[in-house]
Amino acid sequence: MLAKRIIPCLDVDRGRVVKGIKFLELQDAGDPIEQARRYDREGADELVFLDITASSDRRDIVREMVRKVADSVFIPFTVGGGIRTIEDMREILASGADKISINTAAIDNPALIASGASSFGSQAIVVAIDARKRGRQREGNRGQGMEGSEMGNRGGGRGASDEGEAGGSWEVYSHGGRIATGIDVVEWAVQVEKLGAGEILLTSMDCDGTRDGYDLGLTRAVAEAVSIPVIASGGAGTLEHLAEALEEGKASAVLAASIFHYGEFTITQAKELLRARGLPVRITAPTLEPSNERRQVTHDR
Amino acid sequence: MISIIDYGVGNLRSVEKAFHAVGADARLTNDHTLIRESERLVLPGVGAFGECARRLRESGLDQLVLEAAQHQKPILGLCVGLQLMFDEGHEFGVHPGLGLMRGRVVRFPQTGPRVPQIGWNQIEKKKPEALLAGIPDGSYFYFVHSYYIEAEDQRDVIAVTDYGIEYPSICARGAVRGVQFHPEKSQDNGLRLLANFAGISADAKSSESQ
Repeated sequence: MLAKRIIPCLDVDRGRVVKGIKFLELQDAGDPIEQARRYDREGADELVFLDITASSDRRDIVREMVRKVADSVFIPFTVGGGIRTIEDMREILASGADKISINTAAIDNPALIASGASSFGSQAIVVAIDARKRGRQREGNRGQGMEGSEMGNRGGGRGASDEGEAGGSWEVYSHGGRIATGIDVVEWAVQVEKLGAGEILLTSMDCDGTRDGYDLGLTRAVAEAVSIPVIASGGAGTLEHLAEALEEGKASAVLAASIFHYGEFTITQAKELLRARGLPVRITAPTLEPSNERRQVTHDR
Repeated sequence: MISIIDYGVGNLRSVEKAFHAVGADARLTNDHTLIRESERLVLPGVGAFGECARRLRESGLDQLVLEAAQHQKPILGLCVGLQLMFDEGHEFGVHPGLGLMRGRVVRFPQTGPRVPQIGWNQIEKKKPEALLAGIPDGSYFYFVHSYYIEAEDQRDVIAVTDYGIEYPSICARGAVRGVQFHPEKSQDNGLRLLANFAGISADAKSSESQ
């Protein structure tokens, strides 16, 4: 049976992790490779790297990081942030990423989804959508510190949540959550699927940073409107929240950052809870140092 | 030496790196001489069946695969690389495959679960196979696909996977083998499978699986 996926997300600036795990055993907590390996050993199903580098040499830096991750971790990973053209996609994918994620670039130019899908296959194209519930007062300048974010706004967060409010609609935001586009989230999700997106990474800006749980209404509305997998993002504070997004929200996967980064919960604990609730998850064997495992494999030959 | 056949589809770097990680001597190449001289071949494939089949044919590398199969040289197809080994693919039209195994490649039914299937799914072993040495029944591998194989000959089916329907996820006939998932992205189980392939000779295969 297809397992529900748990996907940790790492923010990277100039090839260094700026929001990521703070485990003591890591020699260098800023090293994306060390963090990727740590999550891999814990049983993460995939990884997402959000690049927030804002410098002229960003392409080389990102490419180098992607290459190193691909050489050391043998699970799928997605790279997002600043990808605007087919050429940008090609560079990242050729360096070893399995998928790229686009957000604002897809809103500005929806045809980019179609040309990305026909060049690299739908499976490589993730469209990230930053969503916010309509009919509420807007805050001004959101997403501070997240300039150039393309994968979801995890910078701020609102206290309120609309739990219990049935139905409703959501609006797509671009530019790391700073610009309201007027586009309806569910309609946009349907459109990106038609254009050839392979997955949707759906971030609730309302829930993001609150740690009160995912926006289940939003997640479910999108998951029911499309047939491609939906990855829920924004709001996880407990392991139960992950389960709710998969059960009630009907998501295929959950993305989480802070609950894993600060060592509150491990991926293993998350999977055990999901399994206890009857959700299919991939439980990996007790963690082996990758080097030992490889030696063993080699000896068997 | 293992040659990973590079015919211009998809990102093959991770396949090469995964073989290196298990200590296998593998290289990505489209050099006919190198491919002919290597002991084992890997046929990768990502994207649409027709496009992969066309590129493989146009590069002339399809002939090398057929030649290798004839000489019982171990070949491992990955994802669309496995699908290409069958008679035909029904993705954006009907396209001929290599015909090394009987059957066709068709789309998952509309009525079933979400398509594409993306993520970790389990294999259920149907037959012993050296590729699966040390890999328990029910192990998870990483899958990404919208089309699956309808095998005509059940003897070719080594393992199946359940995604609304039960379909072949590992196939083999003689020295020709293939997996529908991506072993290079399937963590320890995937690396183990690649190591097994790297260590399998045609002889080892016949002694272990018969």
